[in-house]
Amino acid sequence: MGGVFDERAMFQLNINGESSTLDVPPDMPLLWVLRDVLALTGTKFGCGIAQCGACTVHLAGQAVRSCVLPVSAIGGRPVTTIEAVGQTATGKKVQQAWLDIEVVQCGYCQSGQVMAAAALLAHTPSPTDAQIDAAMSGNICRCGTYVRIREAIKLAATGQTTAEKPLPVAAPQVAA
Amino acid sequence: MTTVTASRRAVLGGGGFALAFTVIARGGKAWAIGSPWPQSGDAAAAAADGHPAFAPNAFIRIDRSGPVRLVMPNIEMGQGAYTGQATIMAEELDIGLDQLIVEHSPPNEQLYAMPALKMQATGGSTTIRGGWEVFREAGAVARSMLVAAAGQAWNVDPATCTTDRGVVHHAASGRSSTYGALAQAAGRQPVPHHVTLKDPKDFKLIGKSWRRLDTAAKVDGSMAFGIDARAPGMMIAAVATCPVYGGRLKSVDESAARAIPGVKDVIRLADTVAVTGTHYWAAKSGLEALDIAWDLGANTDLSSDGLAKAMGEASKNGSAIVAREVGDLSHGGKTIEAIYQMPALAHAPMEPLNALVHVRPDACEIWLGTQVPTRVVDAAVKVTGLPADKIIVHNQYLGGGFGRRLEADSAEQAIALAKQVPYPLKMIWSREQDIRHDIPRPPYYDRISAVVDGDGYPLVWRDRVTSDSVGRRWAPVTLRKDGLDPDTVEGAEEPPYDLPNLKVEWVRHDMPGGRPVGWWRGVGPTHNLFKVESFIDELAHAAGKNPVAYRRALLKKNPRALGVLNLAAEKFGWGRPCPNRIGHGVALAAPFGSFICVMLETEVTAAGEIRMRRAVAAVDCGIVVNPNTVEAQVQGGLVFGWTGALYSQLTYENGAIQQSNFNDYRMMRINETPAIEVHVVPSAEHPGGIGEVGTAIAAPALGNAVFAATGVRIRKLPIDRALLIADKSVDNTALASVAPLAVIAGAALAVGAVGVATAARPAPSGDDR
Repeated sequence: MGGVFDERAMFQLNINGESSTLDVPPDMPLLWVLRDVLALTGTKFGCGIAQCGACTVHLAGQAVRSCVLPVSAIGGRPVTTIEAVGQTATGKKVQQAWLDIEVVQCGYCQSGQVMAAAALLAHTPSPTDAQIDAAMSGNICRCGTYVRIREAIKLAATGQTTAEKPLPVAAPQVAA
Repeated sequence: MTTVTASRRAVLGGGGFALAFTVIARGGKAWAIGSPWPQSGDAAAAAADGHPAFAPNAFIRIDRSGPVRLVMPNIEMGQGAYTGQATIMAEELDIGLDQLIVEHSPPNEQLYAMPALKMQATGGSTTIRGGWEVFREAGAVARSMLVAAAGQAWNVDPATCTTDRGVVHHAASGRSSTYGALAQAAGRQPVPHHVTLKDPKDFKLIGKSWRRLDTAAKVDGSMAFGIDARAPGMMIAAVATCPVYGGRLKSVDESAARAIPGVKDVIRLADTVAVTGTHYWAAKSGLEALDIAWDLGANTDLSSDGLAKAMGEASKNGSAIVAREVGDLSHGGKTIEAIYQMPALAHAPMEPLNALVHVRPDACEIWLGTQVPTRVVDAAVKVTGLPADKIIVHNQYLGGGFGRRLEADSAEQAIALAKQVPYPLKMIWSREQDIRHDIPRPPYYDRISAVVDGDGYPLVWRDRVTSDSVGRRWAPVTLRKDGLDPDTVEGAEEPPYDLPNLKVEWVRHDMPGGRPVGWWRGVGPTHNLFKVESFIDELAHAAGKNPVAYRRALLKKNPRALGVLNLAAEKFGWGRPCPNRIGHGVALAAPFGSFICVMLETEVTAAGEIRMRRAVAAVDCGIVVNPNTVEAQVQGGLVFGWTGALYSQLTYENGAIQQSNFNDYRMMRINETPAIEVHVVPSAEHPGGIGEVGTAIAAPALGNAVFAATGVRIRKLPIDRALLIADKSVDNTALASVAPLAVIAGAALAVGAVGVATAARPAPSGDDR
C-alpha cells in the first residue's frame, strides 16, 4: 500500500429487488455495504471470517457469508437479506415456524439462522436430520437455541410439530 | 390473596451472587431500592418519558390512548426478562400482553435498582426471583388507583368494581371505562395504603407459555441492537489494544492508513489506537494499515503453565479463609482426594462489544446494550468531566451478555475515543479484540477430599478453592469482613446433600499484573458444581454404588432436590444398560434458588470424540411465570455450559491471550447438540432463578457421562480428548487440530458460492499487531 490512487469503483447491485449504484472499495465485503451504506442492519457482524454465519444472506438463492463476500464478486446476481426474505414463500414459512417454535433468545444470530434455513428448504424441501445439521452447522448460536432451530425447520418443512407452541401475542396498537 | 402495605419490604432468599449484594452501595452515593410505590423521583422520570397521563410508579405509564407502557428495570439479553417482567406487572394490572409495549429503563439507581442486587444491574438470575414482589405490587398499585378513580366518577364503592383487559367495570350499573379514559383521574387519587395481590389460582397470564414480546422483531431483522444504532454524521471506529494487559501504545505510523479511501481519523489512547471511517470496512482497513509499536509492559512473563503451577502452589501453601465449617472434622477413615482445574473463559456474545457515543460540549449521548447502565454513566462522567445529568444513555437490546456486559470497560474506551472527535462515533470491536481483551472468568484450582464411612458415604467433606476474586474489583462491598468473596464458594459451601461435617475454604490468588477477571454465566455455581457433582460421582463409584442411588441416600432431608432427581430418573429411564463406549451421567444441584437435575447419554468414540445423544433435565424453580422460557433457558444454558466443557479456554503466552476468534475459541454447533427434554416440577414456592441453572449443571453431567462411557474421570476443563482414546494407534494430534465439519462447511459456503477462491480474504492475523 502507500499509493494514493483511488481504487474505488462504481458497483451496481440488486438487493432485495432494488437496484443500487454504490461507490465503494471493490474488496469491501457485502456485509458492510448492507449495514453501513444501505442501512440494512438486519444482517449481523459476528466474526468477520465466515465462522459464525450471523451475516448470512442469499446470493442468487444460495446462502453465503456476506462478511467475506467482496462487493466486486457479486456482479449481477441478486442479493436477498433478512429484510426481504419474508417475501418469498419459503422465507415466510421459516419465519412463521421460528415464531411458532419460539426459537429466539438474544436474537442476534437469528437473521443468519433464518437465512440459512430458508436456503436449505428452498433446495431441500424435506431435509433429514443430517441434512439439517449439515446446512445449519455453519451458524453459531451462543444462546444455544439449536434444539428449537431443528424443530422449527421440521415444522416449516412438514407443517407439523410435536413441540408445544407458545400462545401468540398480537402486536399492541401503538398510539398515534 | 395477599395484602401488602407500602411499608413492606420484600426479603429475598437465595444466596451467592444475589446474597453478596445485600449491602452494596455505589461509591457512597445516596440510593434507594426501586419500589412499586410512588417515589420522589417518579415525576421527573415520567416527565422525561413523554408525560403520561398516569404514572403511579417508575414502571407503569398509562396514556389516554394506546398501549400501556411498562418500563423494564432489568435488561433483555435473550433470557426472556422483558416478557417475564411485563407478564407479572400485566397480571396484577389486569391487562393483556397485547395491550402493552415495553421500554428500556433509563439509568436511575433510585428508581430501577431491584432488591436482589440493590443496584440497576441484570445478573445472577435475579430478575424474576428478585423482582417478583416489586412487579406484582407495581401492577396492583396502578390497578387500585384506576379502580378508585372509576369508583369516584361513578359514585360507587371501588370494591364493587372489577377489571379485565384494561377496562374497569361496575356490573350493577352496567358502566365501564378504559384505563386510558381513567388515567388522568387515577393520577389524582391518593396513594393506597395497601393493595391486594391476586390469588395465584386467578392468574390469567402467569404460568402460561405466551410468546415472547421480542420474538417478531428478532425473526425479521428489525430488532435494534446496540450495534445497529445510527446518528447523523456518524463515523465508525475499529480499535486495537495492546495485546498484553498493562502495555502501552508506543508509536503509530499512520501514513498508509491515511491513504485509504473513507478513513477519517486516527485516535490514540494510552493502550489503544483507533481508526475512524465512513464505514467499518474503511476503519478496519485503516487499522490494518497502521504500523503500530507497542510497549508490552511488565506483564509479558504470564503463561498458562506458569499460572497453573502458581495456583497449585497457592492451593497447597497459601493462607485460606474458611467460608463455612460445620460439625466434627476429626473422623478418620478411608480418604478420597482429587484436584479439579478450570480455565479462564471468554464470554464471546454473538454481538461484539460496541457503543455509539456523541460527546458534545454540553452533553454526552450513548447508545449501547449494557447490563449496567449506571456504570456506563459513571464511566462517561469520569471520561468527559460532565455531570451525570448530562449523560444520556439509550440502552438497547443486547446480542448476548453472559456477564461481559456487566462491565463498562469497552463503553469507557468508546467514550474516550469519541471525546477526541466532533462527530458521533460508533466503536465496534472485532471478534479478535473481543476474545483477546475480554475480562475473563478466572481460572480455578480446587482440592476436594472426603473421609468415607464403611458404606462409602462421606463422614467428612473438605473443599479448598484457589482463585482470584471478581467481587474485590467489581463490588468490594460484597466481600465478607474477613475478605471472603462469597462467589468463589457459591455452590460449594452448602451442597444439597447431607454433609454434617464440612469445611470449605478459599485461597485468594490474584491474576498476575492486576489483570481483571469478571462474571461469566452461572457465576460461582458454574465453577463449583463441576467439582462438587463430579466428586460426588467419584465417591459413588468408589463405594460401588449407582450414582443416582448414592445421591438419593444423601438427600433424605432435601425433598425438592430429591424431587428433581427422581423426576429426571423416571423421564430418562435411568438404569438401562449401555453398550460399550456409551455412558449415562447425572448431575444435581440447587443453584440460584432453584433445583435442577440433568441426565445425559453420551457416546465416546474410539478416537476420543464426544457425542452427546440425549439429555433430560428436571427443574423445580418455584412458581413458573412462562414455562416456554424456562424450557428455553435450560436448553440454552446447557449448551452454553457444554460448550465450555468441550472447548473453552483462554491460554496465555508471553502475557497475551492466544485465542482470537471462533476458529480457535470454538462454540458448540447444531450438529453436536443432543435432544434436550426439560421437565418442570409444578410448584407454589417463591420463583427461583432460571437463566443460569442449565449452564451451571452442564459440565458435571457431561463429565460423569464420559466417565460412565470410558472409565476416565474428567477433572480438568475443557475435556482433553487425548485421555479418551480407546485405540491408542489413533493419532490424537490430528484430532486436536482438525477443524469441525461446520467450520469447513461455513468457509466453503462463503468461498464456493462466489465462485472465486481468491475472493475471500485470508483470516486476518489480528488487530493486535
